[in-house]
Amino acid sequence: MNLYVYTLRRLLYIIPVLLGVCAIVFFLFSVVSPDPTLIMLGKHASVQQMEELRRELGLDRPWFIQYLDIVKSAFTFDFGRSWSTKQEISTMIKQGAIPSLTLSLPAFVISFVISITVSLMVAFYRGKFLDKIAVFGCVSMMSISSLAYILFGQWFFGYKLGWFEISGYDYGFPDFIPYVLLPILIWVILGLGPEVRFYRTVLLDEIYQDYVRTARAKGLGEHVILFKHVLKNALIPIITNLIISIPFLILGALLLESFFSIPGLGAMTLNAVNASDFPVIKAMTILTSVAYIIFSVITDICYTLVDPRVRLR
Amino acid sequence: MAAVEQQSKSLWQHAMGTLFRDKMAVVSIIIILFYVIMAALSATGIIVADWTEEVGPSYGSPSMDNWFGLDMFGRSVLAKTIKGTEVAMSVGLIASLLSLVIGVTLGAIAGYFGGRVDEFIVWFYTTFTSIPNIMLLVAITFISGKGLKAVILALGLTGWVGLCRLIRGEVMRHKDREYVHAASAIGAGNYRKLVRHILPNVTHIMIINFSLQFQIAIKSEVILSYLGLGVQGRPSWGIMIDDAKLELARGVWWQLAAATFAMAIVVLAFNILGDSLRDALDPKLKGK
Repeated sequence: MNLYVYTLRRLLYIIPVLLGVCAIVFFLFSVVSPDPTLIMLGKHASVQQMEELRRELGLDRPWFIQYLDIVKSAFTFDFGRSWSTKQEISTMIKQGAIPSLTLSLPAFVISFVISITVSLMVAFYRGKFLDKIAVFGCVSMMSISSLAYILFGQWFFGYKLGWFEISGYDYGFPDFIPYVLLPILIWVILGLGPEVRFYRTVLLDEIYQDYVRTARAKGLGEHVILFKHVLKNALIPIITNLIISIPFLILGALLLESFFSIPGLGAMTLNAVNASDFPVIKAMTILTSVAYIIFSVITDICYTLVDPRVRLR
Repeated sequence: MAAVEQQSKSLWQHAMGTLFRDKMAVVSIIIILFYVIMAALSATGIIVADWTEEVGPSYGSPSMDNWFGLDMFGRSVLAKTIKGTEVAMSVGLIASLLSLVIGVTLGAIAGYFGGRVDEFIVWFYTTFTSIPNIMLLVAITFISGKGLKAVILALGLTGWVGLCRLIRGEVMRHKDREYVHAASAIGAGNYRKLVRHILPNVTHIMIINFSLQFQIAIKSEVILSYLGLGVQGRPSWGIMIDDAKLELARGVWWQLAAATFAMAIVVLAFNILGDSLRDALDPKLKGK
């Protein structure tokens, strides 16, 4: 298949997937959900009050118009107003994005650099003692609840040792740094287990290929093989994994933000869940899904550029 | 001349042999069985009939009488941990069975019939994976009214995609194999070919995935319960961790430690068992 035809097809496939996402969101929040007016007004609301609120929120309109509203919002990012704070949701998202990104971007980069360094070391000593310890360490680290890391980290480094700020946030360049240091540290530790395990598998997949044996046969040293040959080929799945994790940075770290009272999008989402704020939950679901869809298309297209075999499938 | 009895091992006997020679796998199985028995005993009320009972002072520290210490209301943390085990194991079991059934059914139908049906199912799971898991989990639990059933439903409904993909691919590879053609030559219909002939050949994928899904469900239950979306009015590891949030500053660490270790040990056992199962059942992947 021609590269352009493939790209076009891949781009067109966005439409049915996006409509599907909107359908799921619609189904969850407008079909099977409990009556939101009941949640908002409490048990003692009169029928008339409920009717009025329904009209105010636009819940009395026919279902296909409500569905079309969701679809429209996926393109215009106009999600209406929050039920609890009455603010424009798009403004809330813009405000929340900055604290979220100041936490998630540096954490993402640092976490990647550390994990890839450790996995290269582990792959170099594959099958040896260090490798076995590292693999067992990764699995053990993944088995502990992320809540435990956050709670313990906050208590130990923030409270007991007093090295970091425990909670809060300041806007502006140098001011936010003390507040995000500890969350970043915990994020890096949380990511270490799964990431090292993944990159190790990717690297080992390449290490047992024929071209590595050839390289070794012609007398290349282990370092040259690992860094010049193996790493170059392993870059494809590594980069794919990196690009596809970007959309999740928008959500920030749901739990980290709420623990450290960082006013980002993750904390906003959790607050919305606690307040039964449907429009905000819907908006965040659609926003992250759109980001995911866009980035998965980018990944697929990059993939075909690098590896033409994919196109033929 | 007496016939020499030539006993060859079946595929499953072989796999079981490999599995039981693996010491780590055996230890994991024993640990998981222990958790299952604890959960069953707790569910039937044989042990921990009443976890709300006050057995000592508020925040009593771990002692010979109360190994895991006491919580704010003087209740035994050990009893709460065991009750939490019951919740975790039942969520893990039912949710992973639910996602197993959905994943295998959709995957097998897509892979076997192909064409339009396949396109539809692929579209369906692509759509599903486009929504971040945590959002979907929170939304489904929230909408189905919080509590144990809601958590099970949410985890069951979100956990099937990976398995569906794998089964679809495997069934596609198998459906044109000679044994399937042979089955249709002797008159087997679609249902029989798929269920009696192809599916037994992909069972190993289901088993490996089941053990993976089980621990994901346990981990997610803890987070959902922590967020207040999980079980209500009874202990769960997630709720215990939520309680611990305010206790740590007072130096009360045992509730956090008990819930964390209880969860970590069983999740670790499932992780190790999953890897060993893969080595035993799918020798092609060995060493990866």
